[in-house]
Amino acid sequence: MTAPSPGTDVEVLRHDVIVVGGGAAGLRAAIAAVEADSKLTVALVSKVYPMRSHTVSAEGGAAAYVPGSDDSLEKHLYDTIKGSDFLADQDAAEFFVEQATGELTKLEHWGCPWSRKEDGSVATRPFGGMTVPRTWYAADKVGFHMLHTLFQHSMRFDRIVRYDEHFVTKLLVDEGACRGVVSIDVRTGALRVFLGRSVILATGGAGKCFPFTTNGTIKTGDGMALAYRAGVGLKDMEFVQYHPTGLPGTGILITEASRGEGGYVINSEGERFLVTRDYGVGQKAELGPRDMISRAEILEIEAGRGVKGPYGEYVLLDLRHLGEEKIMAKLPFVRELAKTYAGVDPVHEPIPIRPVVHYMMGGVDTDIRGATPVPGLYAAGETACVSMNGANRLGSNSLTECLVFGARAGREAVVYGRGAADGNEPRLVAEAKQEGARLEALRGRKKGGEKIAQIRREMQLSMERGCGVYRNQEAMHQTVAEMAQLRGRVADLALEDESRIFNTELLQALELANMVDVAEAVAIAAAARKESRGAHACRDYPKRNDAEYLHHSMVFFAPGGPRLDKKPVTIGRFQPEERKY
Amino acid sequence: MASDGGESKLRTFVVTRFDPDKDQVPKTQSYQVPCRPDWKVLDALNFIKDEIDPTLSHRWSCRMAVCGSCGMNVDGEPKLTCKTSLADYGDTVEIAPLANFPIIRDLVIEMDGFMEKFKAVKPWIIAAKEKAAEEGTYEQSPEQLAAFKQFSMCINCMLCYAACPVVSKEPDFLGPAAIALGHRYNMDSRDEGASERNAVFRGDGTVFHCSYANECSEVCPKNVDPAAAVNQAKLNAVIDWATSFVVKRSR
Repeated sequence: MTAPSPGTDVEVLRHDVIVVGGGAAGLRAAIAAVEADSKLTVALVSKVYPMRSHTVSAEGGAAAYVPGSDDSLEKHLYDTIKGSDFLADQDAAEFFVEQATGELTKLEHWGCPWSRKEDGSVATRPFGGMTVPRTWYAADKVGFHMLHTLFQHSMRFDRIVRYDEHFVTKLLVDEGACRGVVSIDVRTGALRVFLGRSVILATGGAGKCFPFTTNGTIKTGDGMALAYRAGVGLKDMEFVQYHPTGLPGTGILITEASRGEGGYVINSEGERFLVTRDYGVGQKAELGPRDMISRAEILEIEAGRGVKGPYGEYVLLDLRHLGEEKIMAKLPFVRELAKTYAGVDPVHEPIPIRPVVHYMMGGVDTDIRGATPVPGLYAAGETACVSMNGANRLGSNSLTECLVFGARAGREAVVYGRGAADGNEPRLVAEAKQEGARLEALRGRKKGGEKIAQIRREMQLSMERGCGVYRNQEAMHQTVAEMAQLRGRVADLALEDESRIFNTELLQALELANMVDVAEAVAIAAAARKESRGAHACRDYPKRNDAEYLHHSMVFFAPGGPRLDKKPVTIGRFQPEERKY
Repeated sequence: MASDGGESKLRTFVVTRFDPDKDQVPKTQSYQVPCRPDWKVLDALNFIKDEIDPTLSHRWSCRMAVCGSCGMNVDGEPKLTCKTSLADYGDTVEIAPLANFPIIRDLVIEMDGFMEKFKAVKPWIIAAKEKAAEEGTYEQSPEQLAAFKQFSMCINCMLCYAACPVVSKEPDFLGPAAIALGHRYNMDSRDEGASERNAVFRGDGTVFHCSYANECSEVCPKNVDPAAAVNQAKLNAVIDWATSFVVKRSR
């Protein structure tokens, strides 16, 4: 505890490791950390209760080699690298495939209700861009079951101390190392400072930078923005995954498992265009990678073969031939979602679908250990860019990624902490108080002329115009200019809620500032990449250009506006080749 | 939600407001909202927050009925607001926080008690010997999976606590979701912790408080059927107790 200062009381809490985010990556990191050292304590700091984390919405499955199957680590590695359009760091991808089976097995031991074969072994299903079925699943609620299993298992450990509904606003970096975070206890409005030897960011993605996304409202790029402002580069931000099957209007995800289980994608004429036309997916048809299928859908709509609806044009996902029994056994949630949110029963009618923002391949720059260039600061899961997904992630790799790199970051943070000194507490607390004063001034301040919802809407629509499935130089540069302008306007927000208690308007203002920073990094990296690779499809430069662009993009925070840089890609066993299926 | 979902209709929302810094007791505030025909209750709340009154506090995230954040009482009944169509309601809709919980602010309830009950039932696999990852997965047949799968579908939305007539009178009662969760692990073929959990079930928050009103299963948005879990748990807790007694006596 420290003495209160005028206007700002600060409560200081000490733990060895501070994990920010309570989804799959954060929970896995916390468990790994307490298992690595029987004495240390972990603060699990999350802006929501962990079981509300967006991992919960993942549906289709988690990829890993199954021992004894006709799969191999090499096949999983190759699929992942080819899926990434050769922008993945191959050492990271190799570590990932090696660890994947063990991690999913551990989750099984912890109670995850994986679907089973008759012989009692775990079942797998095919997924897009994968050469063999290697996607473990629990019907079509895999993220939900993994999250709840991890959360419930984490309760075994009293040394994982939860701070639910605490919103982290700043990383504390002193003498070049990260030594804690500043947070608002949402329930009381109090400022709480967590000091420790290492911090792990696991806050997920930033889909809400866009108007039409599968992401829940909490996905505002918080961890990315925190690291960015602390000087860590954001890597490969231009690669935004559009999932081919979102419900028009809401953007609710219809899992790729619907195609894995045999569903067809058809146009307004009932034609399976992924089979009848050349969209680069070859024999894979509906099981092509997400970037290619999303582009095919846009081209079908542009060619006049879409269906017109109240929320724009769409194509169709047809599951009728699977029959009610299979749909209820394998895809019950898809049926529930289609009925509730599209008014369509997939047993009898095709589901309206269109490409929807789903996942950020880019994120906080880390090495293979999950370590950022700032000592003591780690990142894992969608927040991070390690990078194993390169320019396009394969479906069902991300849930496993949360486990593999969450666990690694947790272990590495413990190792780092053993050799690290404690920070200078008076200096850290003084910095936290400054942050407290900033938040105090922001809360309920009446001056300013802009509404949160208005700026958020403008940002989202600009990102959709400039950083859609297909992009062009003119629109991207326009969005870059608009983001710079919006960044200025965020400083002019008018806030009405003066209460300290559960003030969600204040949180929305902070989230909006995070999103604008992240969105600007996306737009700047996109405009600079004058080629087409993976999810970045640029109409002015339709070909991949390895000679000039086989590198990671890096965007750094700078006072006058973002600074762009690049970083080499780690090539391993697989030399870049034309990506054809 | 994007525009153009068809002709909109003006509805009145009577919403509970409460800020403990300012208010002695909760009050209500009315808002007029132009609602699209395909809107859920949550869409209207978000419209109020964004366009009319940014001081309204409510929880929500996934808007696809799986994160469990947005449970509220709608016209007196506990509902997941992201799954509840406005088309089924009249011109005036009352939105209140879930019953049987303390209110933090407006529509936000305090769930500390629930989180304690949740942990009390030991919702994790208890095994005499922990298996190493290298030993591979347990065998579990589809039938063994089916024995507990339904009870693993709970999203912790707490509608069942808002509906439960026992929770309202006996705050210590473990309640439907927590009992269903403990029972889920008891029924899992990988688990060996049933006797520990049955002791919890027979303890202070005892499962025997349940009056089998079945309200919990009726409001459950995920068809978990917690009432069935509670009933099975009651029976197993008795059998477990009787068996331990017989075993002790026969020694």
